[in-house]
Amino acid sequence: MPGMELVLFEEDYTNINEILATLVRETNSKFSLLVDRSGQLISSQGDTENMDSLSFASLSAGNYAATSELAKILGQEEFSVLFHQGTNESIHLSVVAKRVILVVVFDNKTTLGLVRLRVKKAVEELSAIFNRIFQKVAERAFETPSPLGDTFSSVAESEIDNLFKD
Amino acid sequence: MSLINYSSREINCKIVYYGPGLCGKTTNLLYIHEKLPHDIKGKMVSLATDTDRTLFFDFLPLELGTVNGFKTRFHLYTVPGQVHYDASRKLILKGVDGIVFVVDSQRNRFDENIESFENMKKNLQLQGYRLENIPYIVQYNKRDLPNCSPVEQLEAAINREQVPCFESIATTGIGVFDSLRAISKLVIAHLSRQTAR
Repeated sequence: MPGMELVLFEEDYTNINEILATLVRETNSKFSLLVDRSGQLISSQGDTENMDSLSFASLSAGNYAATSELAKILGQEEFSVLFHQGTNESIHLSVVAKRVILVVVFDNKTTLGLVRLRVKKAVEELSAIFNRIFQKVAERAFETPSPLGDTFSSVAESEIDNLFKD
Repeated sequence: MSLINYSSREINCKIVYYGPGLCGKTTNLLYIHEKLPHDIKGKMVSLATDTDRTLFFDFLPLELGTVNGFKTRFHLYTVPGQVHYDASRKLILKGVDGIVFVVDSQRNRFDENIESFENMKKNLQLQGYRLENIPYIVQYNKRDLPNCSPVEQLEAAINREQVPCFESIATTGIGVFDSLRAISKLVIAHLSRQTAR
């Protein structure tokens, strides 16, 4: 459903992070990001300390979106995997459950073959989780009546007034 | 499509600045970036041509801080305004939570504004959205220029839904933060309603 928000709860988020951490460890990659197709960073694992994750997420989604449109122009449904090869570091992107992008950044401590192999397994595991999450959101299956809290709106508004000014 | 993470307690919302070429979308973001302190803003990313025209998008993450225990962020995007970048423009609308439609108030740009507004509605539909379901505001920019159309005339042509509107001079910052505050509040109100359903 378009316009539907993505809602993540504790258990799913923990599982997602474990899958990403395992992927980074087993492939000896630098880091891995999970990005919503609208450009929002969902999660990251590995060494992202000196890296601007938010920009990386937004550009990854833009990159993926542009390539998907190229695929459509060629009459392909989608390119499910993208690979950018650099001299020292490379980027591997793949789509999960049609709405999320798995990004793996690796250097010459590993090989593309190993990354592709492990990513395939991670995509399967992540797809199962995300399909369940989308189902839950579509059915509004979570129980809390106003999970952000009744005062969320008013507190946020006063912060907006306080911070967004010349 | 906002992202709500109850585990890491984060909320991310996407706000898109839309409008015809050279109407001042990037100038809005540059002003916001220049004025906000470092602890609120992230790095601004611009995918522009050699002549500083937006090629794909500009991106500026803003952090509102912690609201009711949720770290709340707004991600600001601009679209490329030029007509021939329509394919790229459509992509930026994916997952949009709120829109600032920036109008170039100059008389000789009147038709381009209307075209861009219609183009926005069409591109939203292509992504499966309807404008009436998305919070948006209108910003009448370049009000300092001598050849501006009267606001009433622009309102009648573009803002038939009577959504909140602001006059602005983005180069000097007039109206920029008024617009940002208004759209941010609309997005938050919309999000609160959605999650409370």
